[in-house]
Amino acid sequence: MITPDATGGKGPYRAVFPQIRTVGTDGLLVSFAEDLSEPANHAALAFRAAIEAADLPGLLETSASLVSAYLRFDIGVTDHGAMWTMLEALLSSQDWTVAPLPGGRKLWRIPTVYGTDLAPQLEEAAAVAGLTPEEAIASISNARVRVQTIGFAPGMPYLGELPPDWAIPRQTELTGQVPAGGLCVAIRQLVLFPVDTPTGWRQIGQTAFPLFRPDEAEPFSLRPGDEAQFVPVPAAELAAMRNAPNGAATFEVLP
Amino acid sequence: MTPALIVHRAGPGVTVQDLGRPGYLAFGLSRGGAADRLALAEGAALLSQDDGLAAIEMAGIGGEFEVTADMRIALTGAVMRATIDGSRIAWNGSHLLAAGQRLSIGAAESGSYGYLHLGGGVAAAERLAARSTHLAAGLDSVLSPGTRLATGPDRHPGAAGMTLDADPRFEGGTVRVVPSLQTEFFDPGEIARFEADEFRRDTRGNRMGARFLPGGEGYRNEAGLSVISEVIVPGDIQITGDGTPFVLLSECQTTGGYPRIGSVLPADLPRVAQAQAGARLKFRFVPLEEAVKVERLEQARRKGLRRALRPLIRDPRSMADLLSYQLISGATAGDDLERPLP
Repeated sequence: MITPDATGGKGPYRAVFPQIRTVGTDGLLVSFAEDLSEPANHAALAFRAAIEAADLPGLLETSASLVSAYLRFDIGVTDHGAMWTMLEALLSSQDWTVAPLPGGRKLWRIPTVYGTDLAPQLEEAAAVAGLTPEEAIASISNARVRVQTIGFAPGMPYLGELPPDWAIPRQTELTGQVPAGGLCVAIRQLVLFPVDTPTGWRQIGQTAFPLFRPDEAEPFSLRPGDEAQFVPVPAAELAAMRNAPNGAATFEVLP
Repeated sequence: MTPALIVHRAGPGVTVQDLGRPGYLAFGLSRGGAADRLALAEGAALLSQDDGLAAIEMAGIGGEFEVTADMRIALTGAVMRATIDGSRIAWNGSHLLAAGQRLSIGAAESGSYGYLHLGGGVAAAERLAARSTHLAAGLDSVLSPGTRLATGPDRHPGAAGMTLDADPRFEGGTVRVVPSLQTEFFDPGEIARFEADEFRRDTRGNRMGARFLPGGEGYRNEAGLSVISEVIVPGDIQITGDGTPFVLLSECQTTGGYPRIGSVLPADLPRVAQAQAGARLKFRFVPLEEAVKVERLEQARRKGLRRALRPLIRDPRSMADLLSYQLISGATAGDDLERPLP
């Protein structure tokens, strides 16, 4: 059985949230808002954890994006109708927008070289935000941002939310190549790249923080819900940071 | 010593691939694995072994290989010219490769990704519970000359000389698509135009995705570039800023902001991955219910591929390249072609 709405996601374009949509042939997506907000992000993280905990028959994989939780299931074991019904029951069991953040969260302090030829777009990004480069560094480094989702590339965090000055758009043209550890800004968010990547985000800083370590017991350094502060350091320290554990970053576990 | 495959020469896109590593999507690592998963199933059937064993994927061009102990091999996917010590061997077949012989695999004659399967599979060390090279994630890299790859224990040593009819998927054609989470960002007129259009595979593409050039103008949508980044799955047809579709493949990013007009059925994704530059492709929407039926049938069909095996009979009438076969060892009277074959 397939719920009528599931046959091609024919829900209204301006949907009521939470909203369930189909993804490809074997996935469902539960979205809590159309745009990023703190309650929707909390809901997405908590609801994904709840799907994992519910031990649904046929469940293969889950993830959380900024405002949604995704699940993929084995269509040889179950079907869209059964999964849809279980998701609706789970959705109505509580108000997910007020759910707490995951436990065991960490606050990372990550040494960052701002500007210089290591991060050549600091001045440009500051100008777009209407700030001097000094004000920009102060604004970013004082912000305590949270990992809203991990995605795009392995271990890559989207961090927010920055002060309103940073509601700057992405560039229409891609920056040739931002190196691994590059800190980039747009739309009141920061991203930190695990590998060299062309991007539309402007690079304002360079860290030595390793995000993806496939051969370690914990391959991914950050988890959704973790917090971070990007502490300014002189460019001369970068070489030493590269040799230090965790790129010289430190953490404390949040209560 | 464990039997091994030695790489003497390799094209620029030769990697170890299996069914990939599910379970890391939440950490931004896509499943990856073979670009053409059907080819893994065909290779597994030809060698009567598990389709989870790792094989060698060859993008566009193969290489030259040798084994340290007699080994069974099978060749699937994009048809490439293959020889053992200079004698042509059949594609979509299983063969014996003796220690020290040279296996030479050339450029793809049709399709994009060819596969070399080994009896017992490639037994390279697992990383994050799989052996697939994930180029985009920096998990291992392309094979280079001098590489030695250990192989696993072969449960049926000596059992070769089989063939099967490969599912034709190397020249483009029509692929089925389901509506997905963002299909409604496109108005019905654009969807209709998309279904009527004939696309050409662009030269740009890799294991992350393949670009398709529209016959007419690009595709517009209401959401534009303001749509929030959302989960991506292989098969998703992303419409980039200039209105050109990009079909995401095995090594795709896990989230993305470009709206997606639909998602290609996993059963038809090998046809997308295998389309060569210039190949023509059409997209046809099917209801989700039909897509699920198709997928269930295809999963069952792949499991049953072994039943479709036939002995590799060398019928001279169908051998256009008869002279490339070593029919008789040693010297002959020189009138082989005048005499009737036994």
